[in-house]
Amino acid sequence: MMLKLGVPSKGRLMEKTFSWFGDRGVTLRKAGSEREYSGAVDGIEGIELVLLSAGEIPRELAAGRIHLGVTGSDLVREKLANWDVRVTEVALMGFGGADLIIAVPQSWVDVDTLDDLDAAAAAFRAKHGFRMRIATKYHRLVREFLRENGVADYQLVDSQGATEGVVKNETAEAIADITSTGETLRANGLKIISDGLIHPSQATLFCGRKADWNDSQRATFKALQSRLGV
Amino acid sequence: MTTAIKDEALRLTDAFVAAGAMPVETDILLPADTLLDLYGEDVRGRAYVTTDPLRGEMMLRPDFTLPIVQMHMVSRADPARYTYAGPVFRKQEYDETRANEFLQVGFEIFDGKKPCAADADVFAAISGALKGLPLRASTGDLGVLTAAVQGLRTTDACKAALTRHIWRPRRFRALLDRFGGRTPPPPSRVALLASQDPFVDAGPAVGLRSREEVEARLDVLRADAAAAPISSEELALIDGLLNVREKSPYALSALRDIAVDMPAIGPAVSTLDARLDALTKRGIDVDTLDFEASYGRTSLEYYDGFVFGFAAIDRPDLPPVATGGRYDALTAVLGQGSAVPAVGGVVRPDLCLALKGAA
Repeated sequence: MMLKLGVPSKGRLMEKTFSWFGDRGVTLRKAGSEREYSGAVDGIEGIELVLLSAGEIPRELAAGRIHLGVTGSDLVREKLANWDVRVTEVALMGFGGADLIIAVPQSWVDVDTLDDLDAAAAAFRAKHGFRMRIATKYHRLVREFLRENGVADYQLVDSQGATEGVVKNETAEAIADITSTGETLRANGLKIISDGLIHPSQATLFCGRKADWNDSQRATFKALQSRLGV
Repeated sequence: MTTAIKDEALRLTDAFVAAGAMPVETDILLPADTLLDLYGEDVRGRAYVTTDPLRGEMMLRPDFTLPIVQMHMVSRADPARYTYAGPVFRKQEYDETRANEFLQVGFEIFDGKKPCAADADVFAAISGALKGLPLRASTGDLGVLTAAVQGLRTTDACKAALTRHIWRPRRFRALLDRFGGRTPPPPSRVALLASQDPFVDAGPAVGLRSREEVEARLDVLRADAAAAPISSEELALIDGLLNVREKSPYALSALRDIAVDMPAIGPAVSTLDARLDALTKRGIDVDTLDFEASYGRTSLEYYDGFVFGFAAIDRPDLPPVATGGRYDALTAVLGQGSAVPAVGGVVRPDLCLALKGAA
């Protein structure tokens, strides 16, 4: 049995993952044509490359269908309950960095902290008759963060893309989303809450804890770790 | 669900019927919007959400409170006593060993005339039904803390902010420290209030929250900044109150001492006194009954008066076997102005059985 390594199947995340491994003497590459989702590993024996959507890697790791996987730390925390008993961080890879933050309109000059957000939410609910809407696709992370910080009178509405636009469209009052430079937020008239950093995310190599590993897989993992220097 | 658990549920139901309750049933699938509006986003972390193509989002019943109150709002019997038995469903995000489906047997009283007697009836009925099990009862009364907040010498806005966070101890503490001047306001707020034109960097208003709403909040912030801080004497009294944790008669006397300097809690302390009398009349030994002023503050925000729970003495791993309390504010919200004071509690027959098996 080979050790299965899941990596993102396209885009910059895939390219950067390939070069991160390449810099450490392990060559990952797509097999066959550019459009084909199967891969190969050179420079070390016993590893099978599995190309997957980054969003599916947490689930596959937790289920034990892959042994190792590269994905954003935000996705693992959002998609896996008790993530740290189901997977282990093997290496923080230093790219794909982005912060999960809460942002509100710049015109809300009275809101800079979570304390302000909470008070504004209370007043909003009293005036409009419904809870202040925060658009996000990170439901678990945002809900836990706001509960821990005692923010009430809000509701989460699902937004799977173009989240920065929902405020202008009046389908939400605030957003919780991933940002690296804040450029898109500013362009849409939004600003980041100063104590609203929910999670600083980056690409991370995870190891699943459920998969039944045999001795040769353990040996392969040891060899890989020493090659990667992690 | 084993037959033994169902039998245990029947036994509990019989006990509540003997206490005057009428057996009722409710739906298992509940409309999600009402639950969300009532409990907030946290309920999504606890309840299973599903969708119906026509009715939209529905939730598998996380507890009986909402459907029972809604049922009562239609029947409007007064006084009214209900008992129910059925499954509830709870998502478990942290602990796989906790059940995500279990039976609850409950007893609820809607009675605006004799609240202390109703509190005591619910507690005594549940205590009686659990007799012989190795359980420790805890009690509290959120009405005392609420009254203390209302009695503070500060602005109505500060009182409202504190009252809103009675069920979030951390935010409550942070607000109290700021309103009491123990922590300074955040620098961004100081700068904002000192600014000649707070809207200089505002850009165009986007979204539903209007410029007027932002201005209204700036007025609140200015009023906050201008208000005298809550005195250190009052802060100390609140701290003292929150730390009351004794057998009931000693707790009562500790609260009476606090009431000398904080007369606003007087009526709430008298209510506690009357409730202890009512409990004694029903055969509860209040001399050994624990009272914690902070008890019930971390539950979902709907208990607002008497609160209680029964926990297994030697099994800290088990969830509480029974919990309950008064939820007048919730019925006020659901009744749209016509408040029906209510108190109730639920028992888990599966846990009763587990304790019986161990005994």
